[in-house]
Amino acid sequence: MLWPKLAKSLFSRPETDPAPAVPLGAAEALAARFQAAAQTRLGRSLAIRQVDCGSCNGCELEVNALGNVVYDLERFGLRFVASPRHADVLLVTGPLTRNMREALLRTWECTPEPKWLVAAGDCAADGGVFKGSYAVEGGIGRALEVDLVIPGCPPTPTQLLEGLLALLEAQKR
Amino acid sequence: MSGYQAILAGAAQGCRPYERYLLSHGQWLGLRAALRDDPALALLGLWAEPGFVHAAFHQPGMGVLLASLAASQGGFPALSPVRAGAVRFERMIHDLWGLRAEGAEDTRPWLDHGRWAASAPMASRPLPNTEPPPQPEFLPVEGDGVHQIPVGPVHAGIIEPGHFRFHVQGETIVRLEARLGYLHKGTLGLMLGKSPRLAARFAARLSGDSTVAHGWAFACAAEAALGAVVPPRALLLRGIAAELERLHNHLNDWGGICNDASFAFLQARCGVLREGVLRAAHIGFGHRLMMDYVVPGGVARDLAPGGLEAILVALAAVAAELPGLLQIYESHASLGDRVLTTGHVAPELVAAFGAGGVVGRASGRNFDARKTLGYAPYPGLAFDSPVLDAGDVDARVRVRVAEIEQGMLLLHSLLTRLAPGEWRVELPQRGGEGVGVVEAFRGEALHWLALDDGGLIRAVFMRDASWLQWPLLEAAVEGNIVADFPLCNKSFNCSYSGVDL
Ligand code: SF4
Repeated sequence: MLWPKLAKSLFSRPETDPAPAVPLGAAEALAARFQAAAQTRLGRSLAIRQVDCGSCNGCELEVNALGNVVYDLERFGLRFVASPRHADVLLVTGPLTRNMREALLRTWECTPEPKWLVAAGDCAADGGVFKGSYAVEGGIGRALEVDLVIPGCPPTPTQLLEGLLALLEAQKR
Repeated sequence: MSGYQAILAGAAQGCRPYERYLLSHGQWLGLRAALRDDPALALLGLWAEPGFVHAAFHQPGMGVLLASLAASQGGFPALSPVRAGAVRFERMIHDLWGLRAEGAEDTRPWLDHGRWAASAPMASRPLPNTEPPPQPEFLPVEGDGVHQIPVGPVHAGIIEPGHFRFHVQGETIVRLEARLGYLHKGTLGLMLGKSPRLAARFAARLSGDSTVAHGWAFACAAEAALGAVVPPRALLLRGIAAELERLHNHLNDWGGICNDASFAFLQARCGVLREGVLRAAHIGFGHRLMMDYVVPGGVARDLAPGGLEAILVALAAVAAELPGLLQIYESHASLGDRVLTTGHVAPELVAAFGAGGVVGRASGRNFDARKTLGYAPYPGLAFDSPVLDAGDVDARVRVRVAEIEQGMLLLHSLLTRLAPGEWRVELPQRGGEGVGVVEAFRGEALHWLALDDGGLIRAVFMRDASWLQWPLLEAAVEGNIVADFPLCNKSFNCSYSGVDL
């Protein structure tokens, strides 16, 4: 039965990992970047919209894992939203296929200012292993200005969390 | 003449372990005629290289065999009139290699959205593309009050991009058509001219959730082409990695399906168990998804110290919680109401498309490459591959849950068989041709490659099981309400990247 399990969980220790530390220097660099761009701050919480621009779906698996009980993204004020119109951040994966370019640009246009663009994964950084193919642009930066790159193939949930926390931290400065 | 005999009439080309026969134009027409009368021969895949088309078939009881035809006039007689599963392959062949399927059921573009610099980029002479991207065409629907709902390519959740065009009447789906290709990365083109060792990175990234299975199928094809013998320890380690991959994906899918039926508790618990499996994989194999672990010739590394214990701990956690979770799944009427009879796929349809994996086995098609084709290390290991025939969302859940249980048995026997030894051999550099088929969590992954005399890839194809499952999703949702689409879709969980190539 379900309810005894739920009741028990009220009294047991949470299964959530402690928060990872924000990598040294990452928040400073971002804060400087925000100042230079004279961007309005967004406050203590960020709404994130994920856009897959040609990923192998490995990156999506790890982005999805952020929502599980162990990483529990929402305790930091970070949450995934269903529409770019509700988002502060676009989290983009994949080498940017030519077939997704227009969809990404339109999604970006739908996202209200102020907004940040995060490229997650080696593919999103510069095309990764798919660099040089006739079908890819070679990284999100080929179409839009990227605020933060989170490397990895795929980045682990912890790496993703570190990057997103740096973004939150930079907002505070 | 049966389809099988029609293929054997061709000239053997020396592909291993399954032979490829080059047919004359007349023999190909004979094969097509035989396929019409012989439903048993299942089409597994259809692809091309400049000047040739290749098809892979499975004959129950006889195994896999390949047939080819020289497409001398830039075309070939289509197989889609006799095998519905051929439709999307033919559209892909036209888009990538520029070969026309004559008499095809559907000649609309598939992967080519008109956004590449050249059309037929894999042909020996691609043509520059000067046209603006065309508007996609969808199949028409007639009737009172029918309206369309376009969805995607950017979806509301964290999933891969694709466009779904619904025709609905009231709340009921009259027709769904998927338009994919948004993820086309030109992966096959990037593999040409590379050694199998270098190209394996692309096989591992065809579909990240099946990275072990695709890496393994590719390695099998390369090893078969070169006659390499993989050490027993490497085979066991591959089996362990592949079963961990099946386990984490099935847990993910089970949780995801329940969540799409608004039952979040099971997803929360499955998520915790899956995280345990991924962390064990990280300890044992150095990467949470075990990407690039399987390499042609063996595996990239030996099992790390502590890996065995970590895997056993993760398995124990799953084993301890699984019966309780299953009981919760079974005892909530609100959940049963959503999954029972929803998204039904008739066994006849699954058979006609030759769809494998969970989708096939939930609708009565008894095909599991681990048993049906029996590649090492599976022969001699005791496990079941459950087959149900209800064909609904619930049946697809139950096949997965049963495979989680069987997978844990398999993992225990694989782990106890691990004996010290070599885990990689060097591959010779020479020509050859090979096929590899490995059962991924979604269904069989089939890889084919041909190496030139210097041991570099001359032609290659990688076929994810989703090719033959996607069309059935369109059938599964017909007559269901739009609100049940995410549930049906999740119960299939087809790969987008895997078919977009
Ligand atoms: S970075 Fe790696 S995991 Fe992410 S999409 Fe690219 S190949 Fe896949």
